[in-house]
Amino acid sequence: MLARIRSQLVYRTSFALNAVGSFLTGLLEFVEIYVLLAASPIYGGMTLPEATMVFALASISFGLADMVFGQMDSLPSFIKQGQLESYLTKPLPLVPQMITSTVQLRRLARVLFGVIALVVSLQFLDLGWSWAHAGIIAGAVLFGTAIFSSMFVLAGGCQFWLLNGTEFTNAFVYGGKYIAQVPGTVLLTPIRVFFTFVIPATVTAYLPTLILLDKPGPPLLPQVLAWAAPIFAVWSWVLALVVWRAGVRKYTGAGG
Amino acid sequence: MSPHLQLIAAEFRRQSTYRLALAAGVCTNGIFGLIRAGVLLAAVEGAGGTAGGYDARTALLYVLWGQALLGAIPMWGWNEIADRVRTGEIAVDLARPIDLQVYWWFRDLGRAAMQFLGRGLPILVLGSILLRVAPPAEPLVYLAGLVGLLLGLGINYLCRYALNLISFWTVETQGFQILYMVLVSLLTGFTVPVHLFPDWLKAIAEASPFPSMYQYPVDLISGRTIGAEVWSILGLQLLWLAILLVGTRVMTRLGTRRLVIQGG
Amino acid sequence: MTIIETEDLSREFIVRRKTGRFSRTKQVVAAVDRISCTVSEGESVGYIGANGAGKSTTIKMITGILVPSSGRVTTCGLHPVEQRKALARQIGVVFGQRTQLWWDLPLRESFTILGAIHRLGRQAASDRIDQLIAELDLEGFLDTPVRQLSLGQRMRGEVAAALVHRPRLLILDEPTIGLDMISKERLRQFLLTERAERGTTLLLTTHDMGDIERLCERVLVVDRGRIVHDGPLAELRRTVALDRTVVIDYADPQPPHDIADTERVGYEVDGLRQSYRFHPERTTAAKVLAEASRLGEVRDLTLREPAIEDIVRTLYGRAR
Repeated sequence: MLARIRSQLVYRTSFALNAVGSFLTGLLEFVEIYVLLAASPIYGGMTLPEATMVFALASISFGLADMVFGQMDSLPSFIKQGQLESYLTKPLPLVPQMITSTVQLRRLARVLFGVIALVVSLQFLDLGWSWAHAGIIAGAVLFGTAIFSSMFVLAGGCQFWLLNGTEFTNAFVYGGKYIAQVPGTVLLTPIRVFFTFVIPATVTAYLPTLILLDKPGPPLLPQVLAWAAPIFAVWSWVLALVVWRAGVRKYTGAGG
Repeated sequence: MSPHLQLIAAEFRRQSTYRLALAAGVCTNGIFGLIRAGVLLAAVEGAGGTAGGYDARTALLYVLWGQALLGAIPMWGWNEIADRVRTGEIAVDLARPIDLQVYWWFRDLGRAAMQFLGRGLPILVLGSILLRVAPPAEPLVYLAGLVGLLLGLGINYLCRYALNLISFWTVETQGFQILYMVLVSLLTGFTVPVHLFPDWLKAIAEASPFPSMYQYPVDLISGRTIGAEVWSILGLQLLWLAILLVGTRVMTRLGTRRLVIQGG
Repeated sequence: MTIIETEDLSREFIVRRKTGRFSRTKQVVAAVDRISCTVSEGESVGYIGANGAGKSTTIKMITGILVPSSGRVTTCGLHPVEQRKALARQIGVVFGQRTQLWWDLPLRESFTILGAIHRLGRQAASDRIDQLIAELDLEGFLDTPVRQLSLGQRMRGEVAAALVHRPRLLILDEPTIGLDMISKERLRQFLLTERAERGTTLLLTTHDMGDIERLCERVLVVDRGRIVHDGPLAELRRTVALDRTVVIDYADPQPPHDIADTERVGYEVDGLRQSYRFHPERTTAAKVLAEASRLGEVRDLTLREPAIEDIVRTLYGRAR
């Protein structure tokens, strides 16, 4: 894995371009939030610094998950290149083999953008330092990363059935990211329910921010739900692994 | 059949062989549409009922048409010609008795037609039902919208084509692709309508061809732009199309010359 | 009538090489070096040479997709680069590793599209396409998407695609590479027929001496950008030994055997494997095999065609 990371640093131009690209994508998505709040100063019950905090937490967690698990949803290319077969013949579990082969360091640029956004929003919000706040932010990043990672695994698992329709999984992976970055209040009810209780995207950033700001939250998404983040993380991993293992079984059962 | 119609038809059929990808597109654009609908409605509500000239109904129409057109007028880059330069496949294109730009342009029309039928129409139908939004009733809106869409598609194609032509000069086009994606998804009004932009950002967008490929056609077909303003929008689109056409012709000529001199 | 004419045709490439952290050296490499030759209408010319000898570069200049560094080339009476589109209507090109077929569509559609691009007219196009389908025996997989075709099927499709507009000159760059014996033979047979019936001029590059012997009346041998041999196939046969080698694996170790009209060139593993070189005009592989079987039990046999590299080496030695 160290060799893999070193080899990525060798292609410096490409690496730098991609890192800048990741950073710019983060910036672009933030501009969207900024524009919405320029048009409507109170947006989904939040001010610009508050919405920025939601955006920042989601960005950091998504960036970390994307760095490690981000290539899981390009399973069809693994299969086409015959790489999946070679992993299956090794006496190690499949998922760790896949992620160590594809760690994308350049995604750290996106995490960096998230950290900057978080620091700026904290400056404006003037919450004051406390161990409780630090703990909540750390927990949000931990469980957020776990939840986003599980989405990539789930996407990979689904693609054993959807070899030519990989875009289906973008709906919940990138849709989930989009949802995580905006205040949960703005979501239409069916979307809010699906992306909380099936794919727990709102749990990654919006709910922990509600605790930090001590806000109540909209119907079906009360602040107290934030404390269930570990349960949501476990649930999303159970879902992802069940689908993934069924996918692998289907693949090997069909004889390739 | 004329070569041009034949190319449109062939690419149309080629796209239609990817049925599952079309269905996946409907699903993803549809889910994103529902998310965007909430995001934009909240801004309209937060601003006290209207924002940037949008009320709840017109905001939903913007989202609906915007998502429906995404397949036909893509907001992401394109690197098919650049790839052909890299692999040397471009030799086959140059050995055909038809202009490179014309060849790919007509193929792009076929692509857009299939993407609109296979991806756009289902989204329009499902979206109007789910979001309970009434489309504009005036037939003229659709006439102006259709013209605006074709102009927008042309502008969109020429931008993507120009992006590909960069590969005639440099192998490393990745940076340009990334820059293009970022600029386009923001300045076309795809992520947020240009009308909601703060003034400084709006000024930048309006000085670029990007709103002409997406925001303006969506405004026309959703009935936001009406009356005399229709003509000025169509004129502006036509102007950008002409500028890009001249620019890409010069690029094609210089690029092809460079390619045959350098030897790909 | 002359169909290709080159005069001192040359092409140089500048190769930039990194020699240190910041320093780079430029090196001028002559890929094609003052080639002068004339191909007449109706001829069938094999253009052979080792990898990197300058074959593809020459073809690119003849077809107008590469500008010569110096010298002159005229194809079908046209200036290839300046009049590339007009030229494209008169020539057909098959670039070995590249495709002009539509990957996702049934094979038939590629022909229809090409017919339209060449503005053939509906009737003319469909007549010609039907003819090619029959002669190349494409009927069985016309409705299969190109990506699902075997290499042999696809290659026949490529050749048909290059001939839809009835070109005067057909240029084939490595047309049989990777094909099995039957596919090769079928393709060669078709090219012979096409030439006999329509008088199409043929220019082909290949690594396969079989292609040359079956299809070409005249052979140009290129080495390091220069033509080292230009003459009828028969002359090449006289100049260089187009010898074949039979490698025979015996079932048991054998003493060295000699076989009439051959030269024994190999004796390995206590005689388990013995190789014989022979000239195809003096004896045949079948005769060699028959003789070997008489001497011992033959387990396996391979036939080696003469390698282009060897021919070039012989010629180059002589040219110097």
